[in-house]
Amino acid sequence: MLSFLFFYLAGVTVISSLLVISLRNIVYSVLALLVAFIHIAGLYLLLNAEFIAAIQIVVYAGAILIFYLFGVMFFSTNLKAKVIHHQYPIAIIIGLFILGEFIVAIYSSTFSMNRGEYTVQKIAEAGNTETIGMLLYGVYLLPVEIASLILLVAMIGAIFLAKRELKT
Amino acid sequence: MPSVTLTAILPEIILTALACIFLVAEPFVPKEKKEWMGYFSIGALICSGLSLFTLWGRNITTFSGMITLDNYAIFFKGLFLVVSMLAILISVRYIKIEEINFGEYYGLILFATVGMMFMSSAADLLTIYISLELMSFSFYILTAFMKRDMRSREAGIKYFLTGAFTSGLILYGIAFLYGLTGATDLGSISAYLSQHNLNSSPMLFVAIVLLVAGFGFKIAVVPFHMWAPDVYEGAPTTVTAFLSAGSKIAAFSAMLRIFMVGLGSSYDSWWQLLWLLSVLTMTLGNITALVQTNFKRLMAYSSIAHAGYILLGFIVASRIGMAAVLIYSVAYAVMTLGAFTMVILLCRQNSRGDQISDFKGLARTHPAVAGSFVIFALSLVGIPPTAGFIGKLFLFNAAIQGSFYWLAIIGILNSTVSLYYYFKVVMVMYVQEPQDVAPLSFSPTLTVALCVMSFMTLFLGLYPEPLIRAAVQSVQFFL
Repeated sequence: MLSFLFFYLAGVTVISSLLVISLRNIVYSVLALLVAFIHIAGLYLLLNAEFIAAIQIVVYAGAILIFYLFGVMFFSTNLKAKVIHHQYPIAIIIGLFILGEFIVAIYSSTFSMNRGEYTVQKIAEAGNTETIGMLLYGVYLLPVEIASLILLVAMIGAIFLAKRELKT
Repeated sequence: MPSVTLTAILPEIILTALACIFLVAEPFVPKEKKEWMGYFSIGALICSGLSLFTLWGRNITTFSGMITLDNYAIFFKGLFLVVSMLAILISVRYIKIEEINFGEYYGLILFATVGMMFMSSAADLLTIYISLELMSFSFYILTAFMKRDMRSREAGIKYFLTGAFTSGLILYGIAFLYGLTGATDLGSISAYLSQHNLNSSPMLFVAIVLLVAGFGFKIAVVPFHMWAPDVYEGAPTTVTAFLSAGSKIAAFSAMLRIFMVGLGSSYDSWWQLLWLLSVLTMTLGNITALVQTNFKRLMAYSSIAHAGYILLGFIVASRIGMAAVLIYSVAYAVMTLGAFTMVILLCRQNSRGDQISDFKGLARTHPAVAGSFVIFALSLVGIPPTAGFIGKLFLFNAAIQGSFYWLAIIGILNSTVSLYYYFKVVMVMYVQEPQDVAPLSFSPTLTVALCVMSFMTLFLGLYPEPLIRAAVQSVQFFL
């Protein structure tokens, strides 16, 4: 049952991601992206990561996608340009070659046995969200703080680049 | 709650706090007094530098191993503070001429500096990645800062797109390393790799290739260099100078720590890759620079070539090699900033001043400026008595001691090629008649910066001993 669910979710994610980049109409692309995001949230649920699944839906499917739609509103939706670049046969060959290399590399290596202290039981006892919270504001305190600086810089940049210049 | 030693990030805390105060105060500064913001940010950098100075010799690992403060980190942090100070000094007049005299400019430079400082002391792939992003985001905005200029906007978009792609590659590499070792901090990665005999595992090789490609974009090595000339040409010149000196060295500082600490034991699976990249980068960078007519593009290819030289120190992977990287970084920062200052001086109301033909007859009209450019050109080629010579001497010496004779020969041959294009500019300055008699864009701060850079280039060439001692002390924790 679990593996069936996995293949369903993963398959739909891959197909809808392909649709995102190949559909000509941007609105359809954005909707395909929505489908991909929701199925990725499903994959997180399979991994017992409820919090990330919720974040995935709220942040990606909710906020970011709305911004894409806003973006689409400002552009003309019937693009004259070709969606697929004429070099795509070369790109596909190189892409498949690299994918093959990755698959070979992954299958000929062993993943880490280093499982860390957070076992499934431990997380289930303490609660998924609580564990993430403790980790983010404990072990990963510094990266979280630096990430907040990134948001500050991005905010300054967005305001600066987008605002109309005042006449002096 | 893990224990936290705030002393380890004291310089960054000071700089961040002052930058935040600065941004709040910015709207209250009248439009015609915006240069105050420049002086304030220099003050902030000095405060941070003073606190950094007291930490020399300490070795603290804190925030659950996310960050390490050692001499290596302090060396680079000091360098970044000096680089951004010089960048601000040469900016004060320039951003008025380009009509981008906004307080945000200095704020973003300060935040980029914070990012670079974190990068040099990050001991965990997560911190390295996130501080790299902090630096890059500031640079994306700074590159597009002349938002009414088409080329600046184009450069901003190009840099942002390649940068986003780069982040993907680095993250992919980190994911593979995590999958293989189950750790993100460099010490544990190295320990796990040696313990489980994974140093020649195919997955490790994939991770290395991805990390090299990702960092390769940031330091602009061939074949990941295509963005550099366009971005360098389009960005405001002061930002170009800061980008080529600061961002590149910051990426080198993080990359050196990853390769020496995290992947030091798997040296055999990465040195050939870097060898190839280094040779390609030196050769292609120098040869393409020969045909450039735009000075900023020429400097872009020159900085690509310099990245190739610096990679030599990685390949040797000895303590001397690492010290050589540190010494060369200092020399590179000073001479590159100095060379870009020429374009900033030549940028006047009526011309951008970035063509080589704009340098015509500069020796006749401004002998001192031309003289200082000769110093920087000598240093960029690596001719004594300049800082660039000491840097190259150490790099090539390290290569020879590590029996990388071919690498040293290719490096020296490339340096002689570079003589041609730097001195083409010097020739234009000294031989041709002056064309444009409009006065150069001097300002008191720029004069100070130019004097400091010329003096440092000569001083480090004539009396390099303090720098060498500092560099050697900085790398003694490694290997």
